[in-house]
Amino acid sequence: MASDSNAAVLAARPAAARPASSAMKRFARRRSTIAFLMTLPLISVIGGLVVWPAGYAIYLSMLNRRQTAFIGLENFDILLDSETFRSVIWQSCFFAITAVLLKALVGFWLAHMLHHIPTKGQRMWRGMLLVPWVIPPALSTLGWWWMFDPSYSSINYLINAIGFPSVPWLGEPWWARISVIIVNVWYGAPFFMIMYLAALKSVPDQLYEAAAIDGATGWQGLRHITLPMMQNIISITVLFSLIVTFANYDIVRVLTNGGPRDLTQVFASYAFQVGVLSGNIPRGAAVSLFMFPLLAVIAYFVLRGVNKRTKEMA
Amino acid sequence: MAQVSLRKIVKEYEGGVQAVKGIDLDIADHEFVVLVGPSGCGKSTTLRMIAGLEEISSGEIDIGGAVVNDVPPRDRDIAMVFQNYALYPHMSVYDNMAFGLMLRKFDKAEIRRRVENAAKILDIGMLLDRKPKALSGGQRQRVAMGRAIVRDPKVFLFDEPLSNLDAKLRVQMRTEIKKVHQTVRTTTIYVTHDQVEAMTLADRVVVMNHGVIEQVGPPQELYHHPRTRFVAGFIGSPAMNFIPARLEARGDNLVLLLPLGTELAVPEHRAERYRTHVGKQVTFGIRPEHLTDTQHISKQHVALLTLTPEVIEPMGMETLAHIKLEGTEICARLDPMVEAAPGVPLALAADMNNMHLIDDATGLVI
Repeated sequence: MASDSNAAVLAARPAAARPASSAMKRFARRRSTIAFLMTLPLISVIGGLVVWPAGYAIYLSMLNRRQTAFIGLENFDILLDSETFRSVIWQSCFFAITAVLLKALVGFWLAHMLHHIPTKGQRMWRGMLLVPWVIPPALSTLGWWWMFDPSYSSINYLINAIGFPSVPWLGEPWWARISVIIVNVWYGAPFFMIMYLAALKSVPDQLYEAAAIDGATGWQGLRHITLPMMQNIISITVLFSLIVTFANYDIVRVLTNGGPRDLTQVFASYAFQVGVLSGNIPRGAAVSLFMFPLLAVIAYFVLRGVNKRTKEMA
Repeated sequence: MAQVSLRKIVKEYEGGVQAVKGIDLDIADHEFVVLVGPSGCGKSTTLRMIAGLEEISSGEIDIGGAVVNDVPPRDRDIAMVFQNYALYPHMSVYDNMAFGLMLRKFDKAEIRRRVENAAKILDIGMLLDRKPKALSGGQRQRVAMGRAIVRDPKVFLFDEPLSNLDAKLRVQMRTEIKKVHQTVRTTTIYVTHDQVEAMTLADRVVVMNHGVIEQVGPPQELYHHPRTRFVAGFIGSPAMNFIPARLEARGDNLVLLLPLGTELAVPEHRAERYRTHVGKQVTFGIRPEHLTDTQHISKQHVALLTLTPEVIEPMGMETLAHIKLEGTEICARLDPMVEAAPGVPLALAADMNNMHLIDDATGLVI
């Protein structure tokens, strides 16, 4: 009897160990586990280069100038009390919203034009129109700076040639704001163009044919078919561009350096001025973080809409 | 509702390729006409020219008494059902159906009345709030038809509307389309490559091949009296058997001499019709149902053959036997009760009353 029970215990031991090891194997073989392990390097890079600096910036923004004491949201309070910073908020919003809208409109117009020219010529035009986007913006902005030069402006030369007086492109606040927007649109519109061109190509021709038979004019086809079918791409590109444009630094820095009288400063250039040039790193961090909550909320709602439409349509 | 006339319609693409080579066709008011033919025969191009989606190279299209060559699709008062439905994916079923009426600035109450009426005809009332993605293939097809019905157009155009459906649903939807036409009686032009669809739906079938019309006629006429070898072979499933032969005279009578010497007597009442072709190479055509087991055929004008099937296909209501006759693959249709097996000789009877003779030189049925 006793030897029987011993044999049973001996037999049961490996049997008990076996389910645990096979559960581990099953866990290791699960698609989600493999997917997680394969994306782990990317997650580590994002963690190291995005999450940690962002967390550190939030921490910095709550320190005093010497970074010796925790002062909570005082840096934000001080900034909101500053007339210069309130002007920076207004300018940043004006710059980002106007530039993104213009980039979207110009990009859509270019994409529409490209979409309607034969494939052979389309490739050449597509390549040429992408050039502004592939040139480093600091370099191309230097070119623009020269074209806006008060003494040697080639743009003014053309304006004079058709009988109009010279424009003080970078000297007057409003013209300086417009100049910064023009350069940003010139640089960013090709990105919109290429995204919208891909979106236009993905709309099946039969939808336009069905709409034409249903009685739609070209304009009604654009309004009722093209734009709703492109809504996801439009939302994502506008969101992406809004974030990038709010963070734009190089164009303002090279073209106007925030002037005249800080009237073209945007968040990034002002953060650099406050944090690096004036040596107040915590307040500079507070400036750069200012739009983060608003953009995060906008991103949440835009991406939720995109997800909903994808589920309904795709 | 309206009649449609095509006069000398040509469609020529860049490089001189002609997809449609000068066709003439008159479609009466309320008529259901099916354009049928193999891929590339020009049937879809013809339909798209009627819709205004393709430019016409030459000729005239007349809808309801007015030439519409230069009229854009939106002003032709037509409705079209596409092969892949072409439903607007961002709109609900209701909006898909209402879109055409909304563009034509119909009153909202009238739009609702028409959409609900069409939904009732097609039994899709419970789907009106859904997006096309949430519908099955058959439901999408119904919505596409609903979109056409609500407009109450002069002409319905269908471009292979059942091609994307499975076999069972295709048969079901075919009946639905016929029912809808019997209800609304709108002039309908329907394109398909499926001759069964063509035969079952059409008042008249237009068989096209290589950009020209081979024959126009009611389904039964095309089946029993094809005018060309192409029509004889295209209409009917399984297809008509074609066997090369020579027409020979035996006294007052005629016989068909097959390649290995078998002689099949031509019925006397056909002798006059065929006599001019004596001594010529012809093609003997016979449908599988006219080549059958000896028990199920009348004895008059029958040629008896003993042949060995290579493959037997029991279909339930019938059995198909695939046989080699003097070097040519042919198919015979047998009663399902007949015991037939591959490799076992089988007594068959060819009903020569229903034979067809095709002139090899012209491809025309004599």
